[in-house]
Parts: sequence; structure tokens; C-alpha cells
Amino acid sequence: MSPNKLALALLAVSCVAWGSEPNAARQKELVHLVRQDCGSCHGMSLKGGLGPALLPENLRDKPAEGLTATIYYGRPGTPMPPWKQFMSEAEAAWIVDKLMTAFPE
Amino acid sequence: MRLLLSLFLVLLLNACAGPQLRGTGDLGLIIERSSGHVTLVNTSSRQPYARIAGLGDLSHASAVYSRDGRYAFIFGRDGGLTKIDLLEAKIVKRVIQSGNAIGGSISQDGRIVVAQNYSPGGIKAFDAETLELLSEVPAEYAPGKFSKVVGLADTAGNKFAYALFEGGEIRVTDFSDPKQPKTQRFPAGSQPYDGLVTPDGRYFLAGLFGEDGVAMLDLWQPEKGARKILEKYGRGEEKLPVFKMPHLRGWSVAQGKAYLPAIGRHEVLVVDVATWKEVGRIPVRGQPVFVMARPDGRQIWVNFAFPDNGKIDVIDTLAGKVVHNMEPGKGILHMEFAPRGENVWLSVRDDNKVVIYNTENFTKQGEIAADSPSGIFFTSRAVRIGF
Ligand code: HEC
Repeated sequence: MSPNKLALALLAVSCVAWGSEPNAARQKELVHLVRQDCGSCHGMSLKGGLGPALLPENLRDKPAEGLTATIYYGRPGTPMPPWKQFMSEAEAAWIVDKLMTAFPE
Repeated sequence: MRLLLSLFLVLLLNACAGPQLRGTGDLGLIIERSSGHVTLVNTSSRQPYARIAGLGDLSHASAVYSRDGRYAFIFGRDGGLTKIDLLEAKIVKRVIQSGNAIGGSISQDGRIVVAQNYSPGGIKAFDAETLELLSEVPAEYAPGKFSKVVGLADTAGNKFAYALFEGGEIRVTDFSDPKQPKTQRFPAGSQPYDGLVTPDGRYFLAGLFGEDGVAMLDLWQPEKGARKILEKYGRGEEKLPVFKMPHLRGWSVAQGKAYLPAIGRHEVLVVDVATWKEVGRIPVRGQPVFVMARPDGRQIWVNFAFPDNGKIDVIDTLAGKVVHNMEPGKGILHMEFAPRGENVWLSVRDDNKVVIYNTENFTKQGEIAADSPSGIFFTSRAVRIGF
């Protein structure tokens, strides 16, 4: 990837993350979903279970787009299911952004 | 006269001297997953009687009981193993035994408590009296590769059966010499996600996620190896996504049939336990998580994975179909029957309560406030194989 394209791609990702930040009520729903329902596999405190830990130190070196796609489309052949029925891609990107920094309680 | 006098004295002494005597057969506990509490309950009065704090991360926590039903051993997600006294309503002992645990079991003779761990993957045996570590068996399935352990169940002779998620095997570890455990390994199939032992202790079943089917080991004839039952029950059809893994422990055998959750299908599978052949499937309103028989086997209660986790379907085993639907609240995580089944307790996570329903006429009999409740465990489990 050329540096230009890379910059564009990064911009696109940060636009998804910033451009369409879910509103406060929706953020609350998403946090509840992650803690409770993702928590059944990743642990309520996100330290891992049947699925891997989703703490910043576990995700730091992984590209955000890839993680967003994992949430949105799932990972076939593993228990990680697709969540696209329940959230937009932008919302999945917001979750990844929060997971990589500090996930709200 | 003397008899009367001594009787009077005994009564007087009883009245002054210390705690009232009490059995434990009608007690139990509710896990409050997000705040690290357990609430102790009485199934006769259908009321809570105490609350204990300080149990750590209890998401996905489970409990087993000592033979006398007095002590509960609670396995927390954070690897905490806590022994509590239901009569004195206090923590007796607490150890952090691993980084990430998923549950545990207690041996036939009640002396050994075994925890099953995700990381580091393996099982660990503890003295039930002191919680002192006796031995451990890592779930190493290939050189340097460790698996998550699922489906740990107690079987006869202080043996424990379990399965390895990544390793794709069933194992039986014999703790009759608790410091020198011996382990047998049996190839089972792709990605076992949970397991159970039949009420008679004879068969261990592991549900498979990576393929359609259930692996089964006859513990009376382990030399025959694990075989597959319910193979290809999905008939090659596209699977529906599974937003929460089914739980097999607490499963159901009723009237010679076993009722099991399908994976990726909104069905309960019915198997004849004499032949282990599928004899039917019952459509339900979501991906089943718990499929539990009322103690008399007449009804099977089913709860579901997200997004259908507010629903309950009740199957009548005589009619062979769902006869009652209900929506008792948001986030039904677990259910537990009164020891003889006249009522069932449901934990409603998002409504912060446990609701109690009469199982004959489905009327609500009461509710108990609890902070994000998950598992409910009654002392009647103390005397059941595989609980
Ligand atoms: C039914 C179990 C299950 C549920 C529920 C689940 N996951 Fe997963 N998830 C997994 C498994 C298993 C993996 C690892 C897949 C693999 O082996 O590559 C995974 C992987 C991931 C990854 C990639 C992690 C990495 O290090 O690459 C992310 C991010 C993730 N899940 C987020 C979520 C979110 C967010 C939710 C809820 C909206 C969720 N998961 C719900 C089982 C689950």
C-alpha cells in the first residue's frame, strides 16, 4: 500500500469511528451488549473465556478494521458469531475503538 | 416427674444454648454475577435469608455442594474457588486457583473438589475440607499446546470426565489416589463445547460445535472408545448463528429419552437412551441454552441465547411438544427446580430479580431481588451424580 493510500485508509477508519459516534442512549445499549452478551464468551470483565480476552493489551497490535470485521461478520469455523443483525459497521468500529482504549463499565 | 423435669431442662437448655439445629435440604444460593455476591435462599419459605460478599468475578460462576449440603464450592470466572457455609452464612475459605476458570465438580466420596480451567487449560484437584491443592492435570493435547477444558463431570470411583475444546478429545482422570491422578484420552470430534454425565453415571456426552453431532463415551466400557451419536443432525443445512453456547449440565433424561439442545438450530433433539438414536426434534423459539427436566421428567423447560433470552418454552414430555410459552423478563440466564419440582426459579438478569413460578399452572409465586442474577443452585444437587 502506498503511503497515500495508507493515509486515506486510516482517515476512512477514523471517520467511521468519529464521524458517526452512536448517541448516548445507543452507547449505553452497546456497552450493555458487550459486557453481558459478548461477556458470555469473552467474560464480563473481558478477560476471556471460550473467546479470547478483549483487553487493550490483547488488541493493541491488531488492525482495527480487522477486529471490526470480526465483530460484524463473525469468524466462520469458530464460535465467534456475526453481529450484523444487531449493529451497524460503524457501531462495531465504535466498540473496537472502546475495547482498544478503555471499555466503559 | 423426673422425666418431666429433665424434659423441661432440655428445653430450657435448647432455648439458651447457641444456634437452633437445622437441616440443609431446602437451602440454596443465587449467584449475583456483577457484584461478586451470593444470596442464600430457603426453598420452603421461598425467601432469601442472607447475602455474602467478596466472591470476585462471578460471571459464568457455578457451584457444587458437599454431601451434607452444608457447604457450597463456588467456581468463579477469575479462577476463585470459594467455600461457603450455608448454615452460618459465611465464607469458610477462598483461594485463587487459576487465571480463568469455568466450573468444577465434586467427587463421589465428597473429598475432592476439581476445578476446570480455561487458562492455563487443565484441571486441578483440591481437598474439599481445606481447599489445599492435591494435584493438577494440564490439558496438553500436543507438545506445548494446551486446551480449554469443558464439561467436567463427576463419575463413579472418584473419576472425572471432561472434554478439550481445542484438543477435540474426551478425558477421564482417576483421582482414587488424589496425588497421583491417572488420565485416559479418547478422540472425540471437533470442538467439544460442553459435556454431561447421565444420571446413572454411565455415559459421558460431549456436544460438538465444529461438527453436527455429540460424542459419547460409555464409562462402563471405556476401552470401546468414544463414538458419535446424532451425527449430521443438521443435515448439511446452513447453521444459524449461535450467540451463546448451550449448557449441557443439568440436562434432561425423562421417560427413557434424552433432550438435548441443537447447535445452530432452533430445536431440541430427542434421543432414545437405549439405542442412542434420534427419535424426534421439537421446534422451539430460539437457540436453546438450558434444556432442563422437572425432577419428575414430565416437563422440560428451555431458555434461549441472545436475542431470545427473554423467552421460556415448556415441553410436555407426554405430548412431545411445547405446551406453554412465557416471557418472564429480560435476560433469563438460568433456572433451577425445587427439589421435587413444584416450582421453578428463573434468574432474570436485566430485571435484577429471581422469579418463582408454579410448574403445574404457570402462575407466579414470588420474586427475590438480586443484583444481575445468573446461576441458581439448590442443595438437592448434593446427592445427584453429575451435578
Ligand atoms: C458464542 C461465543 C462468542 C460470543 C457471544 C462473542 N464472541 Fe467474539 N470471539 C469468540 C471466539 C471463540 C473468538 C476467537 C475466534 C478465533 O479463534 O479466531 C472471538 C474473537 C473475537 C474478536 C477478535 C479478537 C482477536 O484477538 O483477534 C473480537 C474483537 C471479538 N470476538 C469481539 C466480540 C464482541 C464485540 C462480541 C459481542 C458483540 C463477541 N465477540 C461475542 C466467541 C464469541
